[in-house]
Amino acid sequence: MRSSLSSLNRKLVRDLWSLKTQVVSIALVIACGIGGFIGSFSTYGSLLWSRDNYYDTARFPHVFATAKRAPQSLAGRLRAIEGVAEVETRVVRDAQLSIPGVVPPMIARLIGQDFEHPAGMNRVTLKSGRWPAPGARGEAVVNQRFLAARKLKLGDRMSVLLNGRLERLTLVGTALSPEYIFATRGGGMPDDEWFAVLWTDARTLAAAFNMEGAFNSVLLRLSRDASVSGVIEKLDHILEPYGGFGAVGRDDQVSHKIISQEINQQRIFGTVLPSIFLLVAAFILNVVLHRQVHAQRGEIAALKALGYDDRWIALHYLKFASSIVLLGAVLGVGLGWWLGNAMTGLYTGLFQFPQFHYFMAPWLALAGAAAALAAGFGGALAATRGILRLRAAEALRPPAPAEFRALLLERLGYAHLLTPAQRMIMRNLERRPLRAASTIAGIAGSVAILIAGTFWSDAVEWFIDVQFNQMQRADVNVGFAEPVPRSVQLELARLPGVTQVEVTRAIPVRLRAGHRSYRTGITGIPDDASLQRILDADLREAKPAPGGVLLTARLAERLEVRPGDTLIAELLEGKRVKSAVQVTGTVREMAGMNAWMRLEDLNRLAREGPVVSAAGLSVERAQETALLERLKEMPAAAVVIVNRTLVDTFRETSAKNVLFFTTVLTIFAATIAVGVVYNNARIQLAERAWELASLRVLGFTRREVSVLLLGELAIEIAAAIPLGFLAGFWLAALLIALMSHEVMAFPLVIFPTTYLYSGAVVVAAGVVSALIVRNRIDNLDLVAVLKTRE
Amino acid sequence: MAAAAEAVFVARGLTKTYRMGETEIHALRGVDLEVRAGEFIVLLGPSGSGKSTLLNILGGLDTPTAGSIVFKDHSLSRADEATLTRYRREHVGFVFQFYNLIPSLTARENVALVTDIALEPIPPDEALRRVGLGERLDHFPSQLSGGEQQRVAIARAIAKRPDLLLCDEPTGALDYETGKLVLEVIARINAELGTTAMVITHNAAIAAIADRVLRLGDGRIVGEERPARKLTPAEISW
Repeated sequence: MRSSLSSLNRKLVRDLWSLKTQVVSIALVIACGIGGFIGSFSTYGSLLWSRDNYYDTARFPHVFATAKRAPQSLAGRLRAIEGVAEVETRVVRDAQLSIPGVVPPMIARLIGQDFEHPAGMNRVTLKSGRWPAPGARGEAVVNQRFLAARKLKLGDRMSVLLNGRLERLTLVGTALSPEYIFATRGGGMPDDEWFAVLWTDARTLAAAFNMEGAFNSVLLRLSRDASVSGVIEKLDHILEPYGGFGAVGRDDQVSHKIISQEINQQRIFGTVLPSIFLLVAAFILNVVLHRQVHAQRGEIAALKALGYDDRWIALHYLKFASSIVLLGAVLGVGLGWWLGNAMTGLYTGLFQFPQFHYFMAPWLALAGAAAALAAGFGGALAATRGILRLRAAEALRPPAPAEFRALLLERLGYAHLLTPAQRMIMRNLERRPLRAASTIAGIAGSVAILIAGTFWSDAVEWFIDVQFNQMQRADVNVGFAEPVPRSVQLELARLPGVTQVEVTRAIPVRLRAGHRSYRTGITGIPDDASLQRILDADLREAKPAPGGVLLTARLAERLEVRPGDTLIAELLEGKRVKSAVQVTGTVREMAGMNAWMRLEDLNRLAREGPVVSAAGLSVERAQETALLERLKEMPAAAVVIVNRTLVDTFRETSAKNVLFFTTVLTIFAATIAVGVVYNNARIQLAERAWELASLRVLGFTRREVSVLLLGELAIEIAAAIPLGFLAGFWLAALLIALMSHEVMAFPLVIFPTTYLYSGAVVVAAGVVSALIVRNRIDNLDLVAVLKTRE
Repeated sequence: MAAAAEAVFVARGLTKTYRMGETEIHALRGVDLEVRAGEFIVLLGPSGSGKSTLLNILGGLDTPTAGSIVFKDHSLSRADEATLTRYRREHVGFVFQFYNLIPSLTARENVALVTDIALEPIPPDEALRRVGLGERLDHFPSQLSGGEQQRVAIARAIAKRPDLLLCDEPTGALDYETGKLVLEVIARINAELGTTAMVITHNAAIAAIADRVLRLGDGRIVGEERPARKLTPAEISW
């Protein structure tokens, strides 16, 4: 058997070579599947490793708490809480920041640091420059991302408004902190141009805010088996008299939360999309093998007649399939490595981990290859099974002539509607409904992948529009350090360019319902609010009813309350009132875990007069600069946010990521589409070469004959595109369901342009495939058909 | 009758050489030929005699390496692919040994496929009636016998009113009785419509039904004869 086996192997190599374009196109689809799988999963693993490794080396805290002002002596009591291993207290304050040449105000988060005795946890890594000299006034280290976003350099000066007094700071170094891997003023948007983290001398900062001997921020590291929620409860209890705002664990720490969500998305992308790629690859492999085996009936019969048993023949075709799969796997592992590297790089840049670290676990390559091999073997076995059942003599006879029948359309009496050429096309489709269906499914799959991969930018764009054009419609938001009388409205209205002022009040709160609680804020809005609107996912407006609280539906679900139920609201500010409040409604907001009340009701709940904590302004664009200059001079205006700048930054950041993913997915989907369409056309051509050549002899032009063959594909593509739109919609819905999390439900919004783009890519892939096949149609052997039987 | 008609084809010094791997094959070595309108020619010769090559050139499937061939007033000697396609489409009707019908089309549709692109065609139904298949218009090839399929092929070939009907071993795949039936149809079309017909065969018995018989051997015309009495297909046997 030894020498005959090597003859079979030679046949294998020649078969592969004669089908090389098809082999390569299938291998590429497999490579996309494996590459996407490996790329996403290795990125997931690498980012998780980078994050955890960073947390470990920087000793990231487990619990974070803020208070208004707590005495330093309290630290001992905190250390005594069961499960607490280490305690770090510090002063942290947000202040208005200005740098020369930038008109819109920025926010600085000032963190007091003892540079002589570095903290035992939450270690800040110096990236450039030096630490401020101990006790030195007017020096600060800034987070590297702000420096880069603002194109600043060491030695540059900036000024911050410390407790109403302007203080000049010189940048002496840049740093990274595990607490601000993702730095933001609050929302989930990267905010590097407008939000700076500044580490400055602890004593100076404490003095500036009258915080000597006191702290307002505390970080805890816990022992290995400590209960996070148990520690938080005790910590809150201790801090409460000192204006505690409620402690949070890592899960609710802003930066951690955002990067964890991003990392998790990688895992979802890595499972859903590559599964589809592998499925399509298996399908194409199956069809090609079927055809291959079918065309080699005679050879198989001869082999059987020569005494080869079924095992050898099946093995031969398994080798054929696995050669293609292995080629795809090798390409796929390379592609996955490249993709993983690129994506990890992209995220490392976004997150600014202290070091770039990419690794591809060997199991990923093995798992990807194994999945593809299983798919290929499935196809090969299904294809060979039918042939192996044949007796040698049967296999030697030509297959029975193709039988056709009249189309459904014709049986219904509409025969006259079709020309003979159209009938040929339609009858071929109708004769092999399964094949047509699977082709359509394959093409629809690539349309769906394109839609599901690229609709994100639509969802984001729509989200921005709703968030900033329909909900938060103010041009400029002003936040006050302390509540101010409502009359501030009149003062603001007199500022240059202001056309409308709307005030709000926000109070940090812990809402309790039975044993469940959630820390958030209650926002009080005026009855006639139009700059701050509450909209549900269908853009219906909701308003808080008199005397009660309106909750984001997700928050109500988390607290397990319904309209009519009563909550305990523990206000974490001012008189720290604890009071029962009725839930009067819920609203399906896209983002956030919000509680809304009427402004008057909220102030009454807090047992305060008519005070407000923030204001939204409508501003004439031309006067914006003048307004911002004036706001800088208003000591009470601690935070000034120009909404437009938020959106711009966000768009810039997401554009880069979106472009990368769109490009990769477009290439992937086009590969699939070409794989399906090209292989199908080749198979059809092989099956119908005789018929098409006969027509050429009868005087049909190359073009007319091409139409007969490619018309079928055109119909399949035309049918696949709307199906793909539908599948893409559902796939997008699935991804959204998998990726939505507590504070955000991604909107399922797909713009017509995305459908158009997806359809166009697939049509283009079809045209390219058709052109390649067309070349073969042009070179049909006309003379041979006169002499041979099909 | 044939002698008086104008020449449809004039071929002078037709030569065709192929390269087949290392060796050069001389398929035609200088063939001179005139075909007159309405003639019924039978081309006889063993395999390798060059008869298929000659048919390919007359049918516009191939061009000669040297020599000239003129159909009516246009030259096919150096014609490009598009010109040859148009020539086949407008002037030539092919009948193949294996019928080469389109399996997905009925008899009528197989004919209509050609009449749709022809200039002044015979309606498909009439063409099929002429070959005796008026009752089987809506049958698919898989529902027809070999002889019936070949008659559909003839109907398809004549429906465009070709200047030349080229039949390549039209009886090669058929049994004796069916083969004679097919020859009768070809002879009748030649007689009734005046279509110039050329039948290629290695079956010498068929020669008796022709106006003129050309014998090919080794790439040359080695003999030409005009049967003293033209027989009908019914009168011959082999």
